Amino acid sequence: MEGTAVLERVTWRVAKVVAVHDETATARTLALTVRDWPGQIAGQHVDVRLTAPDGYSAVRSYSIASAPNSDGRIEITVERLPNGEVSPYLTKELLVGDDLELRGPIGGWFVWRRDQTEPVQLVAGGSGIVPLMAMIRSRASAGSFAPFRLLYSVREPGAVFYRDELQALSDQNNSVIVTYAYTRATPKDSPRPPGRIDAALIATGTWPSNVAPTSYVCGPTSFVERATDLLIAAGQDRERIRTERFGATGERK
Amino acid sequence: MAIISRGFSGRRSAADVKLPPGQYLTTDFPVLSAGPTPHISLDRWEFTIDDGSNVLKRWDWKSFRELPTETITVDIHCVTRWSKLGTSWEGVSLDVLLGDLKTDLPYAMFRSYGDYTTNLPLKDVINKQAWVAFKYNGADLEPEHGGPARLLVPHLYLWKSAKWVKGMTLMPHDKPGFWENLGYHIYGDPWKEQRYSNE
Repeated sequence: MEGTAVLERVTWRVAKVVAVHDETATARTLALTVRDWPGQIAGQHVDVRLTAPDGYSAVRSYSIASAPNSDGRIEITVERLPNGEVSPYLTKELLVGDDLELRGPIGGWFVWRRDQTEPVQLVAGGSGIVPLMAMIRSRASAGSFAPFRLLYSVREPGAVFYRDELQALSDQNNSVIVTYAYTRATPKDSPRPPGRIDAALIATGTWPSNVAPTSYVCGPTSFVERATDLLIAAGQDRERIRTERFGATGERK
Repeated sequence: MAIISRGFSGRRSAADVKLPPGQYLTTDFPVLSAGPTPHISLDRWEFTIDDGSNVLKRWDWKSFRELPTETITVDIHCVTRWSKLGTSWEGVSLDVLLGDLKTDLPYAMFRSYGDYTTNLPLKDVINKQAWVAFKYNGADLEPEHGGPARLLVPHLYLWKSAKWVKGMTLMPHDKPGFWENLGYHIYGDPWKEQRYSNE
């Protein structure tokens, strides 16, 4: 039972920061080793708790970016929010060697399991790429042949997370087909002017409906609403579309 | 013993004292949904109460909107940790919907368009504790927030306030709905921080 799997895993654990690197000017990936980490399924998230010297604490949820593995190491990618309480600390203050508290993995719905063989359509808006990247990495590390496509909408070329890795994964055999969409500024060679995703982009950047993919859509609420409406208008079965929405606060919803 | 986060002071406000444990205040209105937003036309909409075998009560949109309504101003708390204070709704009380219905069945499964479900004890939805709400801040409830009508049970985490609600099934025993089956708490009291099934 998925429910019981979650049940045993929500105790707070100590995580040590073992590496950090910047994905973009405003987003940083933290690699953590977690004592007694029970392992996760791609798409799940963790709660991270920060505690001030006087005992005040703040908790936020972050999607796991890394593929499941057995060495107790996970990565999260955190977008820094201008008025955030937790994300500025995680992206600017935290150093390699620091300890954090976290619990998880949490979530049994927005997940891709390695025994799924059907075609998969991933649709990311901004930092909504993070749990979808975990699915792409899980597919790669499992040697899965499930057909994957990613439609990734970002403001501008400099806002793309995991750029080199996505490039490498889309160049090899058994590749993930990646389509970028830019909302504010495009690369010089882009065939499409900047703009929100639309029916034409869905037609060229996603599986046709007769492929009957399972779709995972993650991003800000307005993006998810638009993307799912477009997928359904293009003939996708709404029951095969799973969503995860970020609020206007930008932190996971 | 918590680990002190070197250099973290956090951001506290006077309003925090009114929040359940582990919640933070937001002024926007985030959305948590497992799938696409259903768009339900009012001429197809209905709300039914059944006992698992027989439909006991049924309204279409017109007859539902002829029922007496209340304006409700309440704080709401989402399991994903945001809270929003003083939200204003208009809806029909479950006391009105249940009316003179006599039942010995102590639990209910609320059902939604889009196949969402959530379970509640009947005692938590009577006596001015729950509404089927169709307006938010004076305007028709938007589909992404559960329109045309959603359940509103503000004393529990907001996943219990089923969006796009279309009915309730009375049950002899409690059983988990959608998120409750995926590891969320069977009851979901924010003041006891009942987020997950072992809390």
